[in-house]
Amino acid sequence: MEKTINITLKVWRQNGPKKKGRFETYKLANVSTDSSFLEMLDMVNEQLINEYKEPVAFDHDCREGICGMCSLYINGRPHGPDDDVTTCQLHMRKFKDGQTITIEPWRSAAFPVIKDLIVDRRAFDKIIAAGGYVSVNTGGVPDANAIAIPKVDADEAMDSASCIGCGACVAACKNGSAMLFVSAKVSHLAMLPQGRVEGARRAKAMVAKMDELGFGNCTNTGACEVECPKNISLSNIARLNREFLYAKLQD
Amino acid sequence: MSNLLTSSIGRKLLMSISGLFLILFLFVHLILNSFLLLDGVFGLETGQMFNAGVHFMGTNPLIKVIEPTLALGFIVHIIYSLILTFQNRKARGTQSYASGNKTSGVEWASENMLVLGIAIFSFLAVHILNFYMKMKGFIAWEGGEVEFPFFGTMAKGENAYALVNETFKSMPIVLLYITGSVALAFHLAHGFWSSFQTIGWNNATWMPRLKFISNFVAIILGGGFAVIALAQYLFF
Repeated sequence: MEKTINITLKVWRQNGPKKKGRFETYKLANVSTDSSFLEMLDMVNEQLINEYKEPVAFDHDCREGICGMCSLYINGRPHGPDDDVTTCQLHMRKFKDGQTITIEPWRSAAFPVIKDLIVDRRAFDKIIAAGGYVSVNTGGVPDANAIAIPKVDADEAMDSASCIGCGACVAACKNGSAMLFVSAKVSHLAMLPQGRVEGARRAKAMVAKMDELGFGNCTNTGACEVECPKNISLSNIARLNREFLYAKLQD
Repeated sequence: MSNLLTSSIGRKLLMSISGLFLILFLFVHLILNSFLLLDGVFGLETGQMFNAGVHFMGTNPLIKVIEPTLALGFIVHIIYSLILTFQNRKARGTQSYASGNKTSGVEWASENMLVLGIAIFSFLAVHILNFYMKMKGFIAWEGGEVEFPFFGTMAKGENAYALVNETFKSMPIVLLYITGSVALAFHLAHGFWSSFQTIGWNNATWMPRLKFISNFVAIILGGGFAVIALAQYLFF
């Protein structure tokens, strides 16, 4: 049997980057608990369009938790009340009948609001562009046995690489720090042979860009790790610190 | 190297190293304080052990270097905490979340390091007025001179034990010292492991170990100072 709930939404509405925002309240009836959070927002927008009102702008793309496009700060937590999922993977069964749900955009000086719930996360792209890649020409595909990689390293690199760059870490951080994101990117490349050779340059360039873009200084509260939909570990930050300090000392 | 200290990680490195240095100082301080307890336990009414300890700390030539270094450690730690906090507030932005912060499992101390630091600093000011200024002769006090054994001979010095004993006869003072110690314990419970994380000496295996050691250090130092102050009030 399908169960439905009636909910009240408090949604942040803001017409543009420089405009003053405000909360607007919408009532939504008969929401299936099997629907996803974003499907619920689609229902809100349908309702708004039928009332000749402007729909709520929010980011979304793949809707299966791998693109990193959806954001939303829901009831005091990035990506909502469920653990280790993105907003698009959040289901309405996590909410109660009659509940009021507050939806806000990521709040951080480095992520300014573009419209309603959409924030500008290009700062992350700029950090990646500063060095989050492998620039050596790998040529033809070598034999997999040619460079042996310990299973532990391969697994840890894979875990770090699972960061989708959604920005929940910055949104959760009281310091607006992007260290979990940057550390995941630096780590996954530093642990594999192809990326290792440029480790020092990468760490320096990405941290410099991160600082330049106005992200805060990490104070190791660990809120980012708790809210990360991909469970990126705080130990990546220790590795980034190590990589960065070692690189600087070599200069 | 040149721009290391202007980077976010470089500034945090300064916090980390100055913090660890201050923790080292606290351990030396606690060892000296433990002489107060030993004097009491062994019934040395004139506080021979503590006075000898104070005499040693006040007279050995190394102290001339260590004292300014210690002051520098405090200054760096405090100034950088203010710089970092200012930058972090700015990075956070002006708009706060209307639905608050419901992230669970975050250490309370880690989110209140500045508040704890201010509490410790306020306590430190009183503490310096209570003892340091008097022992260094900036503020007059009546302790008189005492003799105590010092490396096989007898030495003469001011009766610091009497000063401590007198100060800790007051209940409000003891309560203030206990409050200061508790604030210190919370500050260290996060600060110790966090400083290793900042230096980069941490990984998934060492995280729980460092957090355990961190709590241990916090309990030993915070608890140690509090217990000694309380014992002075209650028993000696």
